Amino acid sequence: MMKVVKRTYMGLIFLFLYAPIAVLIAFSFNSSKSRSQWGGFTFDWYLDMIGDRQIREALTFTIVIALLSTLISTLAGTVSAIGIHYMGRGVRTAVLNVNNLPVLNPDIITGVALMTLFISSGLPLGAVAMLIAHVVFSTPYVILSVLPKLRQMNRYTAEAAMDLGATPAMALRKVILPEISPGIISGALMAFTMSIDDFVISFFTAGTDATNLSILIYSMAKRGVKPSINALSTVMFVTVVILLFIINRKSEKGEELML
Amino acid sequence: MRMLAWPYVAWMGLFVIIPLVLVLLYSFTSGDIHDMTTWRFTLDNFARFNEPIYIKVMADSFLLAVASTLICLVLGYPVAMIIARADLRYRNLLLMFFLVPIWMNFLLRTYAWMSLLSPNGLINRLLLSVGLPKLEIMPGQGAVLLGMVYNFLPFMVLPIYSVLSKIDRHLLEAASDLGANRFLTFWKVIFPLSIPGVISGITMVFMPAVSTFVISALLGGGKTPLIGDLIEQQFMSDRNWHFGSSLSIILMAVILLSMAVMSRIDANQPVEGRRAA
Repeated sequence: MMKVVKRTYMGLIFLFLYAPIAVLIAFSFNSSKSRSQWGGFTFDWYLDMIGDRQIREALTFTIVIALLSTLISTLAGTVSAIGIHYMGRGVRTAVLNVNNLPVLNPDIITGVALMTLFISSGLPLGAVAMLIAHVVFSTPYVILSVLPKLRQMNRYTAEAAMDLGATPAMALRKVILPEISPGIISGALMAFTMSIDDFVISFFTAGTDATNLSILIYSMAKRGVKPSINALSTVMFVTVVILLFIINRKSEKGEELML
Repeated sequence: MRMLAWPYVAWMGLFVIIPLVLVLLYSFTSGDIHDMTTWRFTLDNFARFNEPIYIKVMADSFLLAVASTLICLVLGYPVAMIIARADLRYRNLLLMFFLVPIWMNFLLRTYAWMSLLSPNGLINRLLLSVGLPKLEIMPGQGAVLLGMVYNFLPFMVLPIYSVLSKIDRHLLEAASDLGANRFLTFWKVIFPLSIPGVISGITMVFMPAVSTFVISALLGGGKTPLIGDLIEQQFMSDRNWHFGSSLSIILMAVILLSMAVMSRIDANQPVEGRRAA
């Protein structure tokens, strides 16, 4: 009895979660432009999407910004995390509190605050401003995922390496970095997905010229969407699902070994 | 080694602290937004909240955020519990299926609801075809609420799930050995232990819900603006950054206050419960 209730409940929740996605995917194959009426099967919107310059540019822009901001914030975050780790207690707490501000502040506050800074300091809104903004909100997450790994590390191994003649740079590269690399990788993944997914902060720092996918979707949704957006979302969704399955397969095997 | 962090400290000063200070300055002044020399100290930006429209916007935002947080809690707690108690073989799979939708762009998910809920949308066609009355919640607050619950439900489930999945099963066996039925075990053992998860879930849903402008712009059709919409308007179209900044300060105050209240509740928990969690 309990089992039936549980299954029905989970079924309903999954229906709620997946219904809109299913509809979006179904209508990406709909030959009628209507968002509710089925007019027959077509691949036209996919061709439309490939041919659409706006979509292509927004996609490229999104990926370039995501890659650059991931690169910068991962590098800066890792280096800074090492520095923060070796700071005195009081300073460290203060620095980490400030580091938490972009994490805890609602996106809209971070967005308007950066926008006021950029405009009043004369830096034009656009690609550069958006890149800076993405680094601002991603780096704290990299730091927060690298720091615990530094804390777990045996503090004497780096010292031992240096006693044995390694330069500080060598100790960093050969001893510290391999120890903390899981934290760096998960921080980089977080930075990348957050940059790809961000709308609000990009929206306030983009100005009129820069358009990433989220901004494009927002303006399309307000004006009435081209069905090619459905096609694009289907492609994005399927890509993510496949990636997730691959990653999960790997980690599942690892977990079974551990259990 | 510690020198490595100094560039980042300077960076944060420039891009985290100064922007917030600027917002604070704007909120207490009036004048030409691009010319600081014209700024005069004033409290007018805050005084504007006495106007009935703005009181209504604040009340709407707060009530919608509270309502969506409560609905997420009521819907999400059982989900977290079912996943946490599921057979080990299915647990990861269930969790993954639950989380896959959040990997679809937030705007696309919201847009999908727009087409589902629109007056001639799929849901209404289905309702009509079985002879039921139309569901006319979009554009409007009903649709905004639904969009919030849809988008933020995972933020409630995840923290609760992670606390529930760590509860020592022996505690539950001990409770039933001591004569507690399922309900008592839940009420006296499981629920108290899960409160830290519930609290972080509440914060993680309430915060984006109270500050959103996307959901209300797309699903509310601009009819019932929320505080996020007002801020967006002041900065993007009305160009009144002074008023927009005071709105931002008030939004931050609301969030800080709610977080303080929540952490008070967390601190009032019995010590044994927190230690076990």
